[in-house]
Amino acid sequence: MHDLDALVKDALAVFEQAVDANALEQVKARYLGKSGLLTEQLKALGKLPAMERPVMGARINAAKVALETALEARREHIRERRLDAALREDALDVSLPGRGIGMGGLHPVSRTLERVEQIFHSLGFEVADGPEIETDFYNFTALNQPENHPARSMHDTFYLEGGHHLLRTHTSPIQVRYMQTHQPPLRIIAPGRVYRVDSDATHSPMFHQVEGLWIDERISFADLKGTVTEFFRLFFERGDLQVRFRPSFFPFTEPSAEIDMSFGDGWLEVGGCGMVHPQVLKNVNIDSQRCQGFAFGMGLDRLTMLRYGVNDLRLFFENDLRFLRQFR
Amino acid sequence: MKFSENWLRTFADIPLSSRELADLLTFGGIEIEGMAAAAPAFDQVVVGEVLSVEKHPHADRLNVCQVNIGAGAGSPPLTIVCGAPNVRAGMRVPAALAGATLPSMQIKVATVRGVTSSGMLCSARELGLSDAADGLLELPSDSVIGASVREALDLDDCIFDSKPTPNRGDCLSLRGMAREVAALAGIALRPVPVAAVTAGHDGEPSITLQAPQACPLYCGRLIRGVDVRAPTPQWMVRRLARSGVRAISAVVDVTNYVMLELGQPLHAFDASRIEGGIRVRFAQAAEKLELLNGETRELDASYLVIADERKALALGGIMGGACSAVGNDTRDILLEAAYFDPAVIAGKSRLLGFGSDAAYRFERGVNFAGAQEAIERATRLLLDICGGIPGPVATAVAQAHLPRRACITLRLDRIERVLGVAVDPAIVTGIFARLGFEPEQTHGSLLLTPPPYRFDIAIEEDLIEEVARVYGYSRIPASRPVVTATALPAPERQRSVSTLRRMLVARDYQEVVTYSFVDRAWEADFCANTSPITLANPIASQMAVMRSSLIGGLVGAVAYNLHHKQTRVRVFESGRCFLPGRAGGVYDQPRRIAAAACGEAAPDQWGIRPARTVDFYDVKADLEALFHPGALRFEAAPHPAFHPGKSARVWQAERAIGWMGEVHPRWLQKYGLHLVPVLFEVALDAAVACPLPEFEAVSKFPPVWRDLALVFDEAVPFQSIRDEVFAKKPEAVADFWVFDMYRGPGVENGKKSLAFRMLVQDTQKTMTDAEVDSAVSEIIKILQNRFNAKLR
Repeated sequence: MHDLDALVKDALAVFEQAVDANALEQVKARYLGKSGLLTEQLKALGKLPAMERPVMGARINAAKVALETALEARREHIRERRLDAALREDALDVSLPGRGIGMGGLHPVSRTLERVEQIFHSLGFEVADGPEIETDFYNFTALNQPENHPARSMHDTFYLEGGHHLLRTHTSPIQVRYMQTHQPPLRIIAPGRVYRVDSDATHSPMFHQVEGLWIDERISFADLKGTVTEFFRLFFERGDLQVRFRPSFFPFTEPSAEIDMSFGDGWLEVGGCGMVHPQVLKNVNIDSQRCQGFAFGMGLDRLTMLRYGVNDLRLFFENDLRFLRQFR
Repeated sequence: MKFSENWLRTFADIPLSSRELADLLTFGGIEIEGMAAAAPAFDQVVVGEVLSVEKHPHADRLNVCQVNIGAGAGSPPLTIVCGAPNVRAGMRVPAALAGATLPSMQIKVATVRGVTSSGMLCSARELGLSDAADGLLELPSDSVIGASVREALDLDDCIFDSKPTPNRGDCLSLRGMAREVAALAGIALRPVPVAAVTAGHDGEPSITLQAPQACPLYCGRLIRGVDVRAPTPQWMVRRLARSGVRAISAVVDVTNYVMLELGQPLHAFDASRIEGGIRVRFAQAAEKLELLNGETRELDASYLVIADERKALALGGIMGGACSAVGNDTRDILLEAAYFDPAVIAGKSRLLGFGSDAAYRFERGVNFAGAQEAIERATRLLLDICGGIPGPVATAVAQAHLPRRACITLRLDRIERVLGVAVDPAIVTGIFARLGFEPEQTHGSLLLTPPPYRFDIAIEEDLIEEVARVYGYSRIPASRPVVTATALPAPERQRSVSTLRRMLVARDYQEVVTYSFVDRAWEADFCANTSPITLANPIASQMAVMRSSLIGGLVGAVAYNLHHKQTRVRVFESGRCFLPGRAGGVYDQPRRIAAAACGEAAPDQWGIRPARTVDFYDVKADLEALFHPGALRFEAAPHPAFHPGKSARVWQAERAIGWMGEVHPRWLQKYGLHLVPVLFEVALDAAVACPLPEFEAVSKFPPVWRDLALVFDEAVPFQSIRDEVFAKKPEAVADFWVFDMYRGPGVENGKKSLAFRMLVQDTQKTMTDAEVDSAVSEIIKILQNRFNAKLR
């Protein structure tokens, strides 16, 4: 009687000491095997007087259940420990870099172009495009700059051999082509490469412009001021940005203005604008008594320089990856 | 145009500071680009008279001078030690008093080798007036002794640099500028005193206008007995200098002065060189003329000349001729003031390669009612300076050819419609009155005639601009247009160029922008283009021809970066290329997108060793991704830029849209590339198009994959195998692709083994093994029949 209790107590202690599955199965055999200690007790049951057998039988069974429960708990414990160890062995250095291909980047001027397009798109402007080799008509004459007009000397023009064609000096020819094929209301921006015979830290023989055009029945100079001001504030994400308009002259607008902006310390010239000249509208068969509107233009490269603090225009065309990667 | 602020202020009482005056002009449309003090700051420098000069007792090179500074009776002259070589008794010079502050020094009483010196006699350099150190600055002998040198030399002046726009020729003079100031500030203009000079002889030049459309007005006056060697007064030299005009001789200086003052260019001829009367005519073909700048030009009939009966004397409106120039021995001069049609002068400077102040003004338009006044003004000045006897002014005029000034109607309500602000009609009337338009009011409108000096006012909008700029752009509100909301189209069958750019960025390409004009060699090497579109006036020889491909620019960008120690370069560009059009004269300017990659296939990193160099198939995958899910086909074809065995023409359906390949080894060497770039270049519009997705039911039945290896002749391209399979395959073979290629032991030379995997699936039922086997054998049969392929 006392023996059975001690046996269970010993067995539980021995199970606890088994460190792996093998050791556990060996000590299990010592108690529950064919000639295990508890098995021996069961075998001895038949020798007991019939009156004692049921009581003793129940007690031995209870002891067996206790051993088996402890055994199973120990097995589970050992399995858990093994899994833990295996997982620990599999652990990664999560701080090592990820693998695969890298990321490229947009050219900074493209970045600017995309933002300009997005802002004007949200204002209902579509994007128009056109050729870069142009005729004198589209680049000058249609824009109210007849041959030998002194205003032409404002643009130093690249001509092609043969003399009939030139590289556009502004993106205004796109506007002319668009107006020839569309009737008002018109709301477009025309971005692209333009060319002038000029080269130093602030001039490149090739650079980028974006021009805008809005023609409808009552689009006024006040609307021009409002639209251009809103654009610059959105582009530079500065609600306090100041924009001012200074009288100027362009053959294709009347009145004309230079656009200056300021972050609060001095003014920077950032573009030109004006009300589309009636002669330009006439040249594309738009009735200037019924329709009117504004046009504006600015340098995308210059906007990019101001936005990111780039100090030399030539960097945009050198294509040095060490420079370009800064704009990823 | 540069000018002296003090000179401008002689035309009107301007109640504004220099800064305010500059802003008034700038925001009135005449930009003042720069302002510079005429002289640096200094004080206590007065006009001194050197009374005596004695050798310094202890220094060879120094003199001790007694200097009268006009301190008045009882005050002794100052003793000043002076080292200047040109000091002499009787001269008047700037004397800096003790306590004076000069631009670069302080003046104190000092003892110089034992002699006390109470000041300093100054050179122009010491006063900051010039860089030359050539002794004391000698002042005119009539300078008031003791007066401030700043006043004597009018040094408290500011030099304005204005930049009138090309339409404002009327502002290329002091009076024109003053007119603007008066109109903008609402102040009165003081008239320039011009009175007709009484003729002292009756010699009148004969003038014939033989080209009246080009020169409808010509005034000439003969002045006899002129002393051409008379010195130009200092005040005139100074005003000219502050306008950037160098004094030459009194006659020339006077003509320049009046041009600056009134805006009318003038010319003076040596009358003794003129044979017979003046004829204003177009040049004859190949007529030669030596000009004042020493150049001899062969003219044609587009040039206007001032001629006598035998020869051309001057290039009308542009420059005088050498033969009739006023020289040291000239006694009699013919003074000219004329009006030339801007169209005749415009563009000539560009053709000649040089300009002139006269041409600059005539091509912008000169007051056609101002010649007479200018000639009288110049005569007065010449008589005052050089003496002489004037004759009467001869005027030849062709009224019919003078510019006309039509009356323009300005509807008052139109102002508000264009500007977006209502301007009080009284303000509008006042603006035009000040601008010299003499407004006439009718019902709801003003009738306005532009003055003869304005060449920029032709239509109602020009008048509205005048209102806007004088009223002030800043007073026009900034508003937002009210429009009907309309959505912009959003086509799903197109990708934006921006999307394409970002797809390449996501595949590790950096965008670049290269010049549209390139080196002629690039066109020859990479495009076999020996007659490229050429610029007539390139900025440099390596930027002389228009690119017909983006390849050269990308190779250039790769080479630049490899040269700068980059080891892996992946770049792309989108932009136009330029090709001669199919129909003569019109250029084809397609937009394309191109990329180049060289160096390792992946960025340097751990865990992917051994690293692999990017190859044709890597870049091909990038190109295919750009068109995904659309399919491209690649056909082996030679291209001048590429390795002949690694070059492909790219097809989209039936259209050849571009090329891809590995740069030809020849160009690697020539262009200094130690890594091999792989490139593609395709039409942008092809990449923009993308298909709309189409729904198809997903099969409910289990898929089966089967693998298969066959041996083919080396020359059989995969594309034709794929085409054959897809053309003839049983319907159950849903997909078919290559997963391995092998050459080597077990495959005979000149052959290759290709391993394919196929997806077999029926949309209606689960397939039996026998059915799958039969589909696979059908594929084998197709390949055996067409390519004589052998099962491995």
